[in-house]
Amino acid sequence: MTDFVTPREMAEMIPSGCKLGLAPDDYAAAPGLVRMLIDRGIRDLHVVCAPIGGMQVDMLIGAGAVATLETSAVSLGEAGGAPCFSRAVRDGSIRLRDATCPAVFAGLTASEKGVPFMPIRGIIGSDVLKKRDDWKVTSNPFDDSEKIVVVSAIQPDIALFHAPEADRSGNVRLGRRRETMLLAHASKTAFVTVERISETSLLEDEKLAAGVLPAIYVGAVARLEKGGWPTGLYAEYPRDGQEVEKYARAARSPEGFQAYLRDSRSAA
Amino acid sequence: MSEACTSRELMIYTISRLLRGVRHVAVGQSSPMPAAGAMLLRALNERDGQERVQVSILGSVKHNSFTGGAEELFDCAAQGRLDAFFLGGGQIDGQGNVNLVGTGDYPNNQVRWPGSFGSAYLYFLVPRVILFREEHSLRSLVERVDFVSAPGVSDETVYRRGGPHALLTNAALFSFDREAGRFRLESTHPGYDWRDIRGTTGFSYDNEQCEITTPLPDEATLSLMRDRIREELRECYPQFAGGLPGPG
Repeated sequence: MTDFVTPREMAEMIPSGCKLGLAPDDYAAAPGLVRMLIDRGIRDLHVVCAPIGGMQVDMLIGAGAVATLETSAVSLGEAGGAPCFSRAVRDGSIRLRDATCPAVFAGLTASEKGVPFMPIRGIIGSDVLKKRDDWKVTSNPFDDSEKIVVVSAIQPDIALFHAPEADRSGNVRLGRRRETMLLAHASKTAFVTVERISETSLLEDEKLAAGVLPAIYVGAVARLEKGGWPTGLYAEYPRDGQEVEKYARAARSPEGFQAYLRDSRSAA
Repeated sequence: MSEACTSRELMIYTISRLLRGVRHVAVGQSSPMPAAGAMLLRALNERDGQERVQVSILGSVKHNSFTGGAEELFDCAAQGRLDAFFLGGGQIDGQGNVNLVGTGDYPNNQVRWPGSFGSAYLYFLVPRVILFREEHSLRSLVERVDFVSAPGVSDETVYRRGGPHALLTNAALFSFDREAGRFRLESTHPGYDWRDIRGTTGFSYDNEQCEITTPLPDEATLSLMRDRIREELRECYPQFAGGLPGPG
Protein backbone atom coordinates (compact mmCIF):
# COMPACT_ATOMS: atom_id res chain seq x y z
CA MET A 1 0.00 0.00 0.00
CA THR A 2 1.14 3.46 -0.87
CA ASP A 3 0.83 6.14 1.82
CA PHE A 4 -0.27 9.60 0.75
CA VAL A 5 1.53 12.09 2.97
CA THR A 6 2.58 15.72 3.07
CA PRO A 7 6.10 16.59 1.96
CA ARG A 8 7.07 17.36 5.60
CA GLU A 9 5.78 13.96 6.68
CA MET A 10 7.74 12.32 3.87
CA ALA A 11 10.90 14.09 5.04
CA GLU A 12 10.31 12.66 8.55
CA MET A 13 9.91 9.16 7.10
CA ILE A 14 13.46 9.13 5.69
CA PRO A 15 15.75 8.19 8.59
CA SER A 16 19.30 9.37 9.19
CA GLY A 17 21.82 6.69 8.27
CA CYS A 18 19.78 5.13 5.48
CA LYS A 19 20.99 4.25 2.00
CA LEU A 20 19.22 6.80 -0.18
CA GLY A 21 19.01 6.44 -3.97
CA LEU A 22 18.65 9.71 -5.90
CA ALA A 23 17.88 10.51 -9.55
CA PRO A 24 19.91 12.97 -11.64
CA ASP A 25 19.15 16.69 -11.88
CA ASP A 26 16.87 17.69 -14.77
CA TYR A 27 15.40 14.18 -15.01
CA ALA A 28 13.70 13.24 -11.77
CA ALA A 29 15.69 14.89 -8.97
CA ALA A 30 13.68 15.97 -5.92
CA PRO A 31 15.46 19.09 -4.65
CA GLY A 32 12.24 20.33 -3.02
CA LEU A 33 12.06 17.36 -0.68
CA VAL A 34 15.82 17.18 -0.25
CA ARG A 35 15.65 20.73 1.02
CA MET A 36 13.21 19.57 3.73
CA LEU A 37 15.57 16.73 4.67
CA ILE A 38 18.28 19.33 5.21
CA ASP A 39 15.95 21.53 7.25
CA ARG A 40 15.10 18.66 9.54
CA GLY A 41 18.82 17.94 10.10
CA ILE A 42 19.18 14.51 8.50
CA ARG A 43 22.64 12.91 9.00
CA ASP A 44 24.93 10.00 8.03
CA LEU A 45 23.29 9.23 4.70
CA HIS A 46 24.76 6.75 2.26
CA VAL A 47 23.77 8.47 -0.98
CA VAL A 48 23.62 6.42 -4.18
CA CYS A 49 23.48 8.64 -7.26
CA ALA A 50 21.73 6.87 -10.11
CA PRO A 51 24.10 7.42 -11.80
CA ILE A 52 25.23 11.04 -11.19
CA GLY A 53 24.51 13.83 -8.75
CA GLY A 54 23.98 17.55 -9.03
CA MET A 55 22.69 20.42 -6.96
CA GLN A 56 20.57 18.41 -4.51
CA VAL A 57 23.53 16.14 -3.74
CA ASP A 58 25.89 19.10 -3.37
CA MET A 59 23.45 20.68 -0.92
CA LEU A 60 23.17 17.50 1.14
CA ILE A 61 26.97 17.34 1.32
CA GLY A 62 27.23 21.03 2.22
CA ALA A 63 24.71 20.51 5.01
CA GLY A 64 26.81 17.72 6.50
CA ALA A 65 24.14 15.10 5.82
CA VAL A 66 26.28 12.67 3.81
CA ALA A 67 28.64 10.05 5.26
CA THR A 68 29.16 7.97 2.10
CA LEU A 69 28.71 9.03 -1.51
CA GLU A 70 28.45 6.49 -4.30
CA THR A 71 28.44 8.29 -7.66
CA SER A 72 29.84 8.48 -11.18
CA ALA A 73 30.04 12.27 -10.99
CA VAL A 74 28.73 15.35 -9.21
CA SER A 75 28.31 18.46 -11.36
CA LEU A 76 26.13 21.55 -11.63
CA GLY A 77 26.07 21.29 -15.44
CA GLU A 78 26.41 24.65 -17.16
CA ALA A 79 26.94 26.27 -13.74
CA GLY A 80 30.20 24.33 -13.34
CA GLY A 81 31.70 22.16 -10.59
CA ALA A 82 29.89 21.23 -7.40
CA PRO A 83 31.50 23.40 -4.70
CA CYS A 84 30.45 21.57 -1.50
CA PHE A 85 31.38 18.21 -3.05
CA SER A 86 34.86 19.48 -4.02
CA ARG A 87 35.39 20.87 -0.52
CA ALA A 88 34.27 17.65 1.15
CA VAL A 89 36.63 15.62 -1.05
CA ARG A 90 39.56 17.86 -0.08
CA ASP A 91 38.67 17.74 3.63
CA GLY A 92 38.04 14.00 3.56
CA SER A 93 34.69 14.56 5.27
CA ILE A 94 32.80 12.08 3.07
CA ARG A 95 33.63 8.49 2.23
CA LEU A 96 33.83 8.28 -1.55
CA ARG A 97 32.87 5.38 -3.75
CA ASP A 98 33.62 6.60 -7.24
CA ALA A 99 31.86 4.68 -9.99
CA THR A 100 31.15 4.79 -13.70
CA CYS A 101 27.54 5.26 -14.87
CA PRO A 102 26.86 1.83 -16.44
CA ALA A 103 28.36 0.08 -13.40
CA VAL A 104 25.80 1.83 -11.19
CA PHE A 105 23.07 0.66 -13.57
CA ALA A 106 24.54 -2.86 -13.53
CA GLY A 107 24.52 -2.89 -9.71
CA LEU A 108 20.92 -1.65 -9.64
CA THR A 109 19.96 -4.22 -12.29
CA ALA A 110 21.45 -7.00 -10.14
CA SER A 111 19.30 -5.80 -7.23
CA GLU A 112 16.25 -5.52 -9.49
CA LYS A 113 16.70 -9.12 -10.57
CA GLY A 114 17.54 -10.37 -7.09
CA VAL A 115 20.97 -11.69 -8.09
CA PRO A 116 24.20 -10.89 -6.20
CA PHE A 117 26.20 -9.35 -9.04
CA MET A 118 26.16 -8.39 -12.69
CA PRO A 119 28.96 -8.67 -15.27
CA ILE A 120 29.90 -5.58 -17.25
CA ARG A 121 32.29 -4.76 -20.11
CA GLY A 122 35.16 -2.29 -19.94
CA ILE A 123 36.53 -0.80 -16.70
CA ILE A 124 39.64 -3.04 -16.51
CA GLY A 125 42.73 -0.83 -16.22
CA SER A 126 40.77 2.05 -14.71
CA ASP A 127 41.78 3.34 -11.27
CA VAL A 128 38.05 3.46 -10.48
CA LEU A 129 38.15 -0.34 -10.33
CA LYS A 130 41.22 -0.36 -8.04
CA LYS A 131 39.35 1.70 -5.45
CA ARG A 132 36.25 -0.52 -5.35
CA ASP A 133 36.37 -3.60 -3.14
CA ASP A 134 32.82 -4.46 -4.25
CA TRP A 135 33.83 -4.82 -7.91
CA LYS A 136 35.95 -7.76 -9.02
CA VAL A 137 37.68 -9.01 -12.14
CA THR A 138 36.85 -12.57 -13.03
CA SER A 139 37.16 -14.70 -16.14
CA ASN A 140 34.24 -15.27 -18.46
CA PRO A 141 32.94 -18.70 -17.32
CA PHE A 142 32.21 -19.56 -20.96
CA ASP A 143 35.57 -18.34 -22.33
CA ASP A 144 38.59 -18.44 -20.00
CA SER A 145 40.64 -16.19 -22.27
CA GLU A 146 38.49 -13.17 -21.48
CA LYS A 147 38.61 -11.14 -18.27
CA ILE A 148 35.42 -9.40 -17.20
CA VAL A 149 34.33 -7.16 -14.33
CA VAL A 150 31.49 -8.06 -11.98
CA VAL A 151 29.86 -5.46 -9.73
CA SER A 152 27.87 -6.33 -6.64
CA ALA A 153 24.18 -5.53 -6.35
CA ILE A 154 23.20 -2.03 -5.18
CA GLN A 155 20.03 -1.93 -3.08
CA PRO A 156 19.11 1.48 -1.66
CA ASP A 157 16.79 1.47 1.37
CA ILE A 158 14.77 4.27 -0.17
CA ALA A 159 14.67 5.73 -3.68
CA LEU A 160 13.63 9.39 -3.60
CA PHE A 161 12.62 11.20 -6.77
CA HIS A 162 10.18 13.68 -8.29
CA ALA A 163 7.70 12.80 -11.05
CA PRO A 164 4.94 14.50 -13.05
CA GLU A 165 1.99 12.60 -11.58
CA ALA A 166 0.69 9.78 -9.44
CA ASP A 167 -2.81 8.35 -9.30
CA ARG A 168 -4.86 7.61 -6.17
CA SER A 169 -3.53 4.03 -6.06
CA GLY A 170 0.09 5.17 -5.95
CA ASN A 171 1.02 4.38 -9.56
CA VAL A 172 3.56 6.94 -10.78
CA ARG A 173 4.11 8.12 -14.35
CA LEU A 174 7.78 8.32 -15.29
CA GLY A 175 7.46 8.23 -19.07
CA ARG A 176 10.77 7.64 -20.79
CA ARG A 177 12.85 8.02 -17.64
CA ARG A 178 13.45 4.31 -17.32
CA GLU A 179 16.58 4.77 -15.19
CA THR A 180 14.28 6.10 -12.49
CA MET A 181 12.10 3.00 -12.96
CA LEU A 182 15.26 0.88 -12.50
CA LEU A 183 16.20 2.79 -9.36
CA ALA A 184 12.72 2.21 -7.92
CA HIS A 185 12.75 -1.50 -8.84
CA ALA A 186 16.15 -1.94 -7.21
CA SER A 187 15.33 -0.14 -3.96
CA LYS A 188 13.46 -1.55 -0.96
CA THR A 189 10.88 1.21 -1.42
CA ALA A 190 10.38 4.43 -3.35
CA PHE A 191 9.22 7.79 -1.99
CA VAL A 192 7.95 10.06 -4.73
CA THR A 193 7.01 13.73 -4.82
CA VAL A 194 4.71 14.65 -7.71
CA GLU A 195 3.43 17.73 -9.47
CA ARG A 196 -0.14 16.44 -9.71
CA ILE A 197 -2.47 13.70 -8.52
CA SER A 198 -4.47 12.05 -11.29
CA GLU A 199 -8.04 11.12 -10.37
CA THR A 200 -8.09 8.38 -13.01
CA SER A 201 -5.86 5.31 -12.94
CA LEU A 202 -2.64 5.78 -14.90
CA LEU A 203 -2.75 2.10 -15.82
CA GLU A 204 -6.08 2.39 -17.65
CA ASP A 205 -4.62 4.14 -20.66
CA GLU A 206 -2.53 1.69 -22.67
CA LYS A 207 -0.59 4.59 -24.16
CA LEU A 208 0.63 5.62 -20.72
CA ALA A 209 0.91 2.29 -18.94
CA ALA A 210 4.38 1.25 -20.15
CA GLY A 211 5.82 4.43 -18.67
CA VAL A 212 4.16 3.94 -15.29
CA LEU A 213 5.87 2.67 -12.15
CA PRO A 214 3.29 0.42 -10.46
CA ALA A 215 2.33 1.16 -6.84
CA ILE A 216 3.91 -2.20 -5.85
CA TYR A 217 7.23 -0.35 -5.59
CA VAL A 218 5.96 2.93 -4.19
CA GLY A 219 5.92 3.37 -0.39
CA ALA A 220 4.79 6.97 -0.25
CA VAL A 221 3.60 9.80 -2.48
CA ALA A 222 3.50 13.49 -1.60
CA ARG A 223 2.22 16.27 -3.78
CA LEU A 224 4.84 18.98 -4.09
CA GLU A 225 4.35 21.37 -6.96
CA LYS A 226 7.65 22.50 -8.52
CA GLY A 227 9.38 19.84 -6.44
CA GLY A 228 12.02 19.63 -9.16
CA TRP A 229 12.93 23.32 -8.87
CA PRO A 230 15.50 24.78 -9.35
CA THR A 231 16.83 21.90 -11.41
CA GLY A 232 14.27 20.69 -13.91
CA LEU A 233 11.73 17.92 -14.33
CA TYR A 234 12.07 15.95 -17.56
CA ALA A 235 9.69 17.14 -20.31
CA GLU A 236 7.76 19.30 -17.78
CA TYR A 237 9.97 22.28 -16.98
CA PRO A 238 13.63 23.13 -17.60
CA ARG A 239 16.13 24.05 -14.93
CA ASP A 240 16.15 27.58 -13.56
CA GLY A 241 19.68 28.33 -14.75
CA GLN A 242 19.88 31.65 -12.90
CA GLU A 243 19.00 30.06 -9.58
CA VAL A 244 21.54 27.25 -10.03
CA GLU A 245 24.16 29.89 -10.95
CA LYS A 246 23.23 31.83 -7.83
CA TYR A 247 23.70 28.68 -5.78
CA ALA A 248 27.02 27.88 -7.47
CA ARG A 249 28.37 31.33 -6.63
CA ALA A 250 27.09 31.31 -3.05
CA ALA A 251 28.34 27.80 -2.24
CA ARG A 252 31.95 28.65 -3.11
CA SER A 253 32.44 29.27 0.61
CA PRO A 254 30.87 27.43 3.57
CA GLU A 255 29.53 30.77 4.82
CA GLY A 256 27.99 31.54 1.44
CA PHE A 257 26.38 28.11 1.38
CA GLN A 258 24.85 28.65 4.83
CA ALA A 259 23.61 32.09 3.75
CA TYR A 260 22.00 30.56 0.65
CA LEU A 261 20.21 27.99 2.81
CA ARG A 262 19.02 30.69 5.22
CA ASP A 263 17.80 33.06 2.51
CA SER A 264 16.07 30.44 0.40
CA ARG A 265 14.31 29.06 3.47
CA SER A 266 12.82 32.40 4.42
CA ALA A 267 11.62 32.82 0.83
CA ALA A 268 9.87 29.43 0.82
CA MET B 1 31.53 39.42 -45.39
CA SER B 2 30.28 37.93 -42.15
CA GLU B 3 32.27 37.88 -38.93
CA ALA B 4 35.38 35.66 -39.21
CA CYS B 5 35.22 32.07 -37.94
CA THR B 6 35.85 32.02 -34.19
CA SER B 7 38.05 29.52 -32.37
CA ARG B 8 34.98 27.70 -31.04
CA GLU B 9 33.38 27.55 -34.46
CA LEU B 10 36.57 26.04 -35.88
CA MET B 11 36.47 23.35 -33.19
CA ILE B 12 32.80 22.62 -33.86
CA TYR B 13 33.52 22.33 -37.59
CA THR B 14 36.53 20.09 -36.90
CA ILE B 15 34.39 17.81 -34.73
CA SER B 16 31.94 17.47 -37.63
CA ARG B 17 34.86 16.48 -39.91
CA LEU B 18 36.07 13.88 -37.40
CA LEU B 19 32.58 12.38 -37.32
CA ARG B 20 32.24 11.93 -41.08
CA GLY B 21 30.85 8.53 -41.95
CA VAL B 22 29.29 7.69 -38.56
CA ARG B 23 25.69 6.46 -38.42
CA HIS B 24 25.06 7.09 -34.72
CA VAL B 25 26.88 9.57 -32.49
CA ALA B 26 26.06 10.24 -28.85
CA VAL B 27 27.05 13.23 -26.77
CA GLY B 28 27.29 13.21 -22.97
CA GLN B 29 26.23 15.80 -20.39
CA SER B 30 27.91 19.21 -20.25
CA SER B 31 29.37 18.94 -23.76
CA PRO B 32 28.09 21.87 -25.83
CA MET B 33 30.78 21.83 -28.51
CA PRO B 34 30.62 18.10 -29.22
CA ALA B 35 26.82 18.48 -29.35
CA ALA B 36 27.22 21.32 -31.85
CA GLY B 37 29.68 19.30 -33.96
CA ALA B 38 27.32 16.31 -34.08
CA MET B 39 24.37 18.55 -34.99
CA LEU B 40 26.47 20.18 -37.70
CA LEU B 41 27.34 16.81 -39.26
CA ARG B 42 23.64 15.90 -39.26
CA ALA B 43 22.72 19.22 -40.89
CA LEU B 44 25.50 18.99 -43.50
CA ASN B 45 24.56 15.43 -44.44
CA GLU B 46 20.92 16.48 -44.74
CA ARG B 47 21.86 19.43 -46.92
CA ASP B 48 24.09 17.33 -49.15
CA GLY B 49 21.67 14.41 -49.44
CA GLN B 50 24.04 12.04 -47.62
CA GLU B 51 23.35 9.29 -45.11
CA ARG B 52 21.11 10.30 -42.21
CA VAL B 53 22.98 10.61 -38.92
CA GLN B 54 21.38 9.60 -35.63
CA VAL B 55 22.40 12.13 -32.97
CA SER B 56 21.69 11.29 -29.32
CA ILE B 57 22.25 14.24 -27.00
CA LEU B 58 22.02 13.24 -23.35
CA GLY B 59 19.96 15.71 -21.38
CA SER B 60 17.93 16.70 -24.45
CA VAL B 61 14.25 15.98 -24.97
CA LYS B 62 14.24 16.90 -28.67
CA HIS B 63 17.54 15.38 -29.78
CA ASN B 64 17.38 12.03 -28.03
CA SER B 65 15.20 9.12 -29.10
CA PHE B 66 16.13 6.65 -26.35
CA THR B 67 13.06 5.32 -24.57
CA GLY B 68 14.95 2.87 -22.34
CA GLY B 69 16.39 5.46 -19.97
CA ALA B 70 20.00 6.49 -19.50
CA GLU B 71 21.15 2.87 -19.53
CA GLU B 72 20.07 2.46 -23.15
CA LEU B 73 23.09 4.45 -24.34
CA PHE B 74 25.39 1.99 -22.60
CA ASP B 75 23.52 -1.02 -23.92
CA CYS B 76 23.72 0.43 -27.44
CA ALA B 77 27.47 0.88 -27.04
CA ALA B 78 27.95 -2.69 -25.81
CA GLN B 79 26.05 -4.03 -28.82
CA GLY B 80 27.98 -2.00 -31.36
CA ARG B 81 25.07 0.31 -32.16
CA LEU B 82 27.02 3.45 -31.34
CA ASP B 83 29.84 4.65 -33.60
CA ALA B 84 31.16 7.75 -31.88
CA PHE B 85 31.27 9.45 -28.48
CA PHE B 86 33.24 12.22 -26.79
CA LEU B 87 35.33 12.32 -23.66
CA GLY B 88 36.84 15.37 -22.05
CA GLY B 89 39.18 15.10 -19.16
CA GLY B 90 40.90 17.43 -16.78
CA GLN B 91 44.07 15.58 -17.76
CA ILE B 92 44.85 13.55 -20.88
CA ASP B 93 48.21 11.82 -21.23
CA GLY B 94 50.36 10.59 -24.11
CA GLN B 95 49.04 7.01 -23.86
CA GLY B 96 45.47 8.24 -24.25
CA ASN B 97 44.58 7.80 -20.57
CA VAL B 98 41.94 10.24 -19.38
CA ASN B 99 41.43 11.62 -15.87
CA LEU B 100 38.04 13.07 -15.01
CA VAL B 101 38.46 12.69 -11.25
CA GLY B 102 41.07 15.18 -10.07
CA THR B 103 44.69 16.13 -9.43
CA GLY B 104 46.80 14.93 -6.51
CA ASP B 105 46.19 11.79 -4.49
CA TYR B 106 42.85 10.02 -4.48
CA PRO B 107 40.51 10.15 -2.59
CA ASN B 108 41.35 13.54 -1.06
CA ASN B 109 42.24 15.26 -4.34
CA GLN B 110 43.34 18.87 -4.02
CA VAL B 111 41.44 19.67 -7.18
CA ARG B 112 38.39 17.48 -7.68
CA TRP B 113 36.48 17.31 -10.97
CA PRO B 114 32.96 15.91 -11.34
CA GLY B 115 33.92 12.26 -11.86
CA SER B 116 34.40 9.52 -14.42
CA PHE B 117 30.81 9.47 -15.80
CA GLY B 118 30.58 6.64 -18.37
CA SER B 119 34.20 6.93 -19.54
CA ALA B 120 35.56 3.74 -17.94
CA TYR B 121 33.09 1.78 -20.06
CA LEU B 122 32.43 3.69 -23.28
CA TYR B 123 36.16 4.07 -24.03
CA PHE B 124 36.29 0.29 -24.51
CA LEU B 125 33.19 -0.08 -26.63
CA VAL B 126 32.73 2.93 -28.89
CA PRO B 127 34.92 2.67 -32.02
CA ARG B 128 35.50 6.38 -32.47
CA VAL B 129 36.01 8.22 -29.17
CA ILE B 130 36.99 11.83 -29.75
CA LEU B 131 38.94 13.40 -26.92
CA PHE B 132 37.96 17.01 -26.63
CA ARG B 133 39.75 19.41 -24.32
CA GLU B 134 39.52 23.10 -25.09
CA GLU B 135 42.50 24.05 -22.94
CA HIS B 136 45.80 23.11 -24.58
CA SER B 137 48.36 23.43 -21.81
CA LEU B 138 51.01 21.59 -19.82
CA ARG B 139 48.51 21.07 -17.01
CA SER B 140 45.80 19.51 -19.20
CA LEU B 141 48.01 17.47 -21.59
CA VAL B 142 50.37 15.64 -19.25
CA GLU B 143 52.96 12.90 -19.41
CA ARG B 144 51.02 10.73 -16.97
CA VAL B 145 47.55 11.35 -15.54
CA ASP B 146 47.18 11.46 -11.73
CA PHE B 147 44.16 9.13 -11.90
CA VAL B 148 43.11 6.82 -14.72
CA SER B 149 39.35 7.20 -15.20
CA ALA B 150 39.66 5.26 -18.46
CA PRO B 151 42.80 3.74 -19.98
CA GLY B 152 43.84 4.55 -23.56
CA VAL B 153 44.93 1.03 -24.45
CA SER B 154 44.37 -2.50 -23.09
CA ASP B 155 46.01 -5.90 -23.55
CA GLU B 156 44.40 -8.72 -25.53
CA THR B 157 42.79 -10.36 -22.47
CA VAL B 158 40.35 -7.44 -22.27
CA TYR B 159 37.39 -7.12 -24.64
CA ARG B 160 37.97 -3.87 -26.45
CA ARG B 161 36.72 -2.61 -29.77
CA GLY B 162 36.73 1.06 -28.92
CA GLY B 163 39.20 3.71 -27.90
CA PRO B 164 40.73 7.08 -28.70
CA HIS B 165 40.38 8.26 -32.29
CA ALA B 166 41.52 11.88 -32.09
CA LEU B 167 42.37 14.62 -29.62
CA LEU B 168 41.09 18.11 -30.36
CA THR B 169 42.06 21.24 -28.41
CA ASN B 170 41.75 24.97 -29.04
CA ALA B 171 45.21 24.87 -30.66
CA ALA B 172 45.64 21.59 -32.53
CA LEU B 173 44.31 18.28 -33.76
CA PHE B 174 46.01 14.93 -33.04
CA SER B 175 45.15 11.42 -34.22
CA PHE B 176 45.81 8.36 -32.06
CA ASP B 177 47.68 5.23 -33.14
CA ARG B 178 46.22 2.38 -31.07
CA GLU B 179 49.01 -0.07 -31.98
CA ALA B 180 51.73 2.31 -30.85
CA GLY B 181 49.61 3.87 -28.09
CA ARG B 182 50.73 7.35 -29.17
CA PHE B 183 49.30 10.56 -30.54
CA ARG B 184 50.32 12.08 -33.88
CA LEU B 185 50.02 15.81 -34.59
CA GLU B 186 47.73 16.21 -37.61
CA SER B 187 47.31 19.99 -37.83
CA THR B 188 47.61 23.21 -35.90
CA HIS B 189 44.80 25.76 -35.79
CA PRO B 190 45.28 29.21 -37.40
CA GLY B 191 47.43 31.37 -35.11
CA TYR B 192 49.50 28.43 -33.78
CA ASP B 193 52.52 26.64 -35.24
CA TRP B 194 54.15 23.35 -34.33
CA ARG B 195 56.56 25.05 -31.92
CA ASP B 196 53.64 26.44 -29.91
CA ILE B 197 52.16 22.97 -29.70
CA ARG B 198 55.46 21.37 -28.65
CA GLY B 199 55.84 23.99 -25.92
CA THR B 200 52.36 23.48 -24.47
CA THR B 201 52.02 19.67 -24.71
CA GLY B 202 53.27 17.69 -21.75
CA PHE B 203 53.70 14.35 -23.56
CA SER B 204 55.71 13.15 -26.57
CA TYR B 205 53.95 12.53 -29.88
CA ASP B 206 54.74 11.83 -33.52
CA ASN B 207 55.02 14.28 -36.43
CA GLU B 208 56.14 17.09 -34.14
CA GLN B 209 57.11 19.47 -36.93
CA CYS B 210 53.71 19.38 -38.57
CA GLU B 211 53.15 22.30 -40.99
CA ILE B 212 49.50 21.61 -41.83
CA THR B 213 46.87 24.17 -40.76
CA THR B 214 43.43 22.98 -39.62
CA PRO B 215 40.97 23.84 -42.42
CA LEU B 216 38.30 26.48 -41.81
CA PRO B 217 34.62 26.04 -42.66
CA ASP B 218 33.30 27.70 -45.82
CA GLU B 219 30.73 30.51 -45.68
CA ALA B 220 27.74 28.22 -46.15
CA THR B 221 28.84 25.94 -43.29
CA LEU B 222 29.52 28.93 -41.07
CA SER B 223 26.04 30.35 -41.65
CA LEU B 224 24.50 26.94 -40.95
CA MET B 225 26.27 26.99 -37.58
CA ARG B 226 25.10 30.51 -36.82
CA ASP B 227 21.46 29.82 -37.60
CA ARG B 228 20.24 26.24 -37.33
CA ILE B 229 22.90 24.79 -35.02
CA ARG B 230 22.75 27.71 -32.63
CA GLU B 231 18.98 27.28 -32.39
CA GLU B 232 19.22 23.53 -31.86
CA LEU B 233 21.75 24.06 -29.06
CA ARG B 234 19.52 26.45 -27.12
CA GLU B 235 17.40 23.71 -25.56
CA CYS B 236 20.26 22.13 -23.59
CA TYR B 237 22.93 24.83 -23.68
CA PRO B 238 21.23 28.23 -23.60
CA GLN B 239 24.24 30.05 -22.16
CA PHE B 240 26.70 28.51 -24.59
CA ALA B 241 24.42 29.12 -27.59
CA GLY B 242 23.96 32.74 -26.54
CA GLY B 243 27.73 33.22 -26.60
CA LEU B 244 28.17 32.04 -30.20
CA PRO B 245 28.07 34.50 -33.11
CA GLY B 246 24.72 34.73 -34.86
CA PRO B 247 21.60 36.81 -35.21
CA GLY B 248 19.70 37.79 -32.05
